[in-house]
Amino acid sequence: MPPISLRILLPVVAALLAAGVGAMFSATRTEPAGLVTTANAAAADGALFTPVATVLRHPRCMNCHPRDDRPRQGEDEHKHLQNIVRGADNLGFVNARCNACHRDENNNDSGVPGAPNWHLAPLSMGWKGLNDAELCTALKDESKNGGKDIAALVEHMDKDGLVLWGWAPGGDRAPVSTPHPQFVTELKAWAAAGAPCPASAN
Amino acid sequence: MPTTFSVNGQKRTVEADPETPLLWVLRDELKLTGTKFGCGAALCGACTVHLDGEAVRSCQIQARDAAGREVTTIEGVKGDVTAAVLAAWIKLDVAQCGYCQPGQVMSAVGLLTQIQKPTDDDIDKAMDGNLCRCSTYHRIRAAIHDAAKTLAG
Repeated sequence: MPPISLRILLPVVAALLAAGVGAMFSATRTEPAGLVTTANAAAADGALFTPVATVLRHPRCMNCHPRDDRPRQGEDEHKHLQNIVRGADNLGFVNARCNACHRDENNNDSGVPGAPNWHLAPLSMGWKGLNDAELCTALKDESKNGGKDIAALVEHMDKDGLVLWGWAPGGDRAPVSTPHPQFVTELKAWAAAGAPCPASAN
Repeated sequence: MPTTFSVNGQKRTVEADPETPLLWVLRDELKLTGTKFGCGAALCGACTVHLDGEAVRSCQIQARDAAGREVTTIEGVKGDVTAAVLAAWIKLDVAQCGYCQPGQVMSAVGLLTQIQKPTDDDIDKAMDGNLCRCSTYHRIRAAIHDAAKTLAG
């Protein structure tokens, strides 16, 4: 049997190797492909935002994100007693500033809640009544959110003392139901996927 | 644990529990009884004092919140704005029973300090937290306008 020329053998081996490696590669991708597809689908339809929206809609968050000039109170999000209004700087009007009662810590005797820098979110960050798509779009809009990019938004919701108060509100106030570490994980997953928003109203 | 703060320009140290409402520190420990208890829930404004120049409800502010700060009560509030407010209050005979008036005056001074020529709407918003069971609201509004006119020269 005549020896097979290297000029023939090498391309064949190369082709076989390529086919084998290709098959191996595609085999190794087969299993996670479903996960990737799922993640892409979640990113595509903004489902990653759903758990974030659930937290943002909690009264502990929403009460200070009204779409008018009246802060809200309580689990039923009623208008703040004392006819408190927003004021030009979101800290209340003259003589009825937020810190006229709300100081750096909860007042355990009177029940008045407190956290550093107690204030209303700006009107442009009013969320009440928005669907997930609108809420997500508003949240990301740097012209509305005080110039926060996605990283700054994550930082705000991860570290800000007033935000964190929502998980330890004291008194008879219900804390945000999603544990904060879980929320931050979900928030970062949404951010890592490019902070996709749901495409349509829901 | 003692708490030290300034009251009407004088440094004071009190032994009250740091979570004691400032109102009771002022009235019971420092015997400054011009500041009144009304509702205890920040609903009536009778307990209004200034903390670092801004109106606060002393029934909700705790002693610890005042540490290192300047508290001004009806006994110690002074200056051009205060003089104009007091003159207008007397001129228009604002007070009736008078119980709410320390809080009303502190809020009026707070308003005119920040808004020199308030509109009716400004007055309504800024004085909304000060209730008067004698309903002297119209005279209060008129007196604030009068004081603003005095201050404007």
